[in-house]
Amino acid sequence: MALQYYLILSALLFTIGVIGVLVRRNAIIIFMCIELMLNAANLAFVAISRNLGTAEGQLFVFFVMAVAAAEVAIGLAIIVSVFKHRETINVDEVNSLKG
Amino acid sequence: MEFTLKTFIFYGFALMTIASALAVVTVRNIVHAAFALMVTLFGVAGLYVFLQADFLAATQVIVYVGGILVLILFGVMMTSGRLEMRIHIERGQLLLGGGISLALLMLLLTVIANTPIWKNLTDDGTQLAPTTERIGQLILNEKFLLPFEVVSVLLLVALIGAALISRKEVRD
Amino acid sequence: MEINLLEQIVIPIIKILFIAHLLIIGVMAMIWSERRVSGWMQDRLGPNRVGPQGLLQPIADGIKFLFKEDLIPNHVDKPLYVLAPAMLLVPAMITIAVVPFGSSITIPGLENPILLQIADINIGILFILAITSLGVYGVVIGAWASNNKYSLLGGLRSSAQMISYELTLGLAIIGVLMLSSSLSLRTIAVEQGAYPWKWNFLIHFPAFLAFTTAMFAETNRLPFDLAEAEQELVAGYHTEYSSMKFAIFFMAEYMNMIVGSAVVVTLFLGGWHFFGLENVGGEGSILAGLISFAIFFIKTGIFLFVFIWVRWTLPRFRYDQLMNFGWKFLLPVTLTSIVVTGTLWVVVKENKQLWIGIGNVVAAFIVVAIVAGMLAMDNNSKSAVQSTPAAAPLRGLDAVE
Repeated sequence: MALQYYLILSALLFTIGVIGVLVRRNAIIIFMCIELMLNAANLAFVAISRNLGTAEGQLFVFFVMAVAAAEVAIGLAIIVSVFKHRETINVDEVNSLKG
Repeated sequence: MEFTLKTFIFYGFALMTIASALAVVTVRNIVHAAFALMVTLFGVAGLYVFLQADFLAATQVIVYVGGILVLILFGVMMTSGRLEMRIHIERGQLLLGGGISLALLMLLLTVIANTPIWKNLTDDGTQLAPTTERIGQLILNEKFLLPFEVVSVLLLVALIGAALISRKEVRD
Repeated sequence: MEINLLEQIVIPIIKILFIAHLLIIGVMAMIWSERRVSGWMQDRLGPNRVGPQGLLQPIADGIKFLFKEDLIPNHVDKPLYVLAPAMLLVPAMITIAVVPFGSSITIPGLENPILLQIADINIGILFILAITSLGVYGVVIGAWASNNKYSLLGGLRSSAQMISYELTLGLAIIGVLMLSSSLSLRTIAVEQGAYPWKWNFLIHFPAFLAFTTAMFAETNRLPFDLAEAEQELVAGYHTEYSSMKFAIFFMAEYMNMIVGSAVVVTLFLGGWHFFGLENVGGEGSILAGLISFAIFFIKTGIFLFVFIWVRWTLPRFRYDQLMNFGWKFLLPVTLTSIVVTGTLWVVVKENKQLWIGIGNVVAAFIVVAIVAGMLAMDNNSKSAVQSTPAAAPLRGLDAVE
């Protein structure tokens, strides 16, 4: 199994994530699509790390996961408090800075 | 290309990942989307095992499936009543977004196709797994210790921040 | 790559079948003993009509569940509703795959000794943590798909509870990992040896208590069964389930208990070792293998008895108490345990295990005292300002609003 297959898979996954972020309007779905994109990047990291025969790439995936966890915690807190104020999480309707 | 059991399993995981990722984007019910994302994350974990990243595969399941996605589900249940779960997609956005994404995909594929340094992964005999000890050594050596500490501080900041944002305002 | 049919396929399949059936029989035995032991503790008889001592009662129950009408209400989300019980049962069953249930048996004619374990993978503990974290989905998805307010409340409660206590579960074992420097459960069990004073529950006593408590919370047992608090939520997440689907939820709970006990025994109570019995029959003989399995079995059984015992000893927590306990007591205690273990390992030169054991207990006492003192001060200043104490019990609902 050559590395290209993994990279093509990763590219496909990333593109699907981009489509989701661009097309869907629900903040939580957008969140999930960001996770898809992060996973695609992680997959590329691991594949290239395997290709080079070192574990450094896997370490970066480790860091990405930590950042993703932090991002989700903060993001969901924001989404929930936005929902409390506006009763919606559609990103098109949340368009003014004033609460 | 010869068709061995390994390639068969690889295509199985790849199909599972891509199909469920598509479902995340297209399915209208948000809880179904979260469920599809779970399948995607599992598919990626399976691919990690294939790439001899056993520690990462377990971490992927613990952190993503067991932590992040449960948080997302929690968010879903707190922000939408049962009736508002369905959401619609506008046609104009679909065309524009799809076009941009396709262009991006083409770009990525061109880059991959024009970078000819790759060797065949199955037969080269490099043994990476078990990676736990190796990753542990890497984290604590002089190269990656600082980033590791910075990430831990980031997590702490995120923890405090999330608690601060979501707590009720104390009126006195 | 040459595949040895007997060693690589037939024997693992036999092991898997044996353990899977043992689990299911174990669930039936647990259902029986839960009811009988409960009866004994409450000074009544419990079921004793079907078979001798009521031993066939679980089978009668199972037959009853199978023949009841399998009802799917109209208002549910059908695919997820059907999937949810399986999503709870499957993680409960596959966790046992990495738990060693005995030493090894050497059979003449085979190249390698047969390990009494389905798979000895070198990330065993991570595997267990990963799979247990999947258990939440069965509850949450089942609760949501039921489309019922009580179910959803139960599901939200349990998911918050499970995420909180999973942290403790993961952190509590880090001290153990540091001393055994391996993630494989077999290595950890072997490192502890046969003598109780070298087992991890003495060396890491606070972590052991925290791990056990978190285990109770993960299995949704009393005193942590807020997800299905009958008095408040009808039956919580499985209100809308009937017949065999309901039975599967039930089986999963008991399986989680059994697997959890097996993991605790492996990590903290020396696994299949017991002093005086370690050399009977000689290394690798069938007799030694059987004895090791019996020791493991008995230890797990004793721990399961503790599960039932605790159920009738402690009342249910209130929701805010549950969260406070997890985040303000268990988490600091496990974190300090890691720091103390690591520091003493470097500082102390001889009798490391003894000093780590003492240091852990002392540190845990100090942490609990500090946290309790801070909470008491907090409460004092609050009650001085607020004159309406009635607001306090409602705070637990904030998390689900």
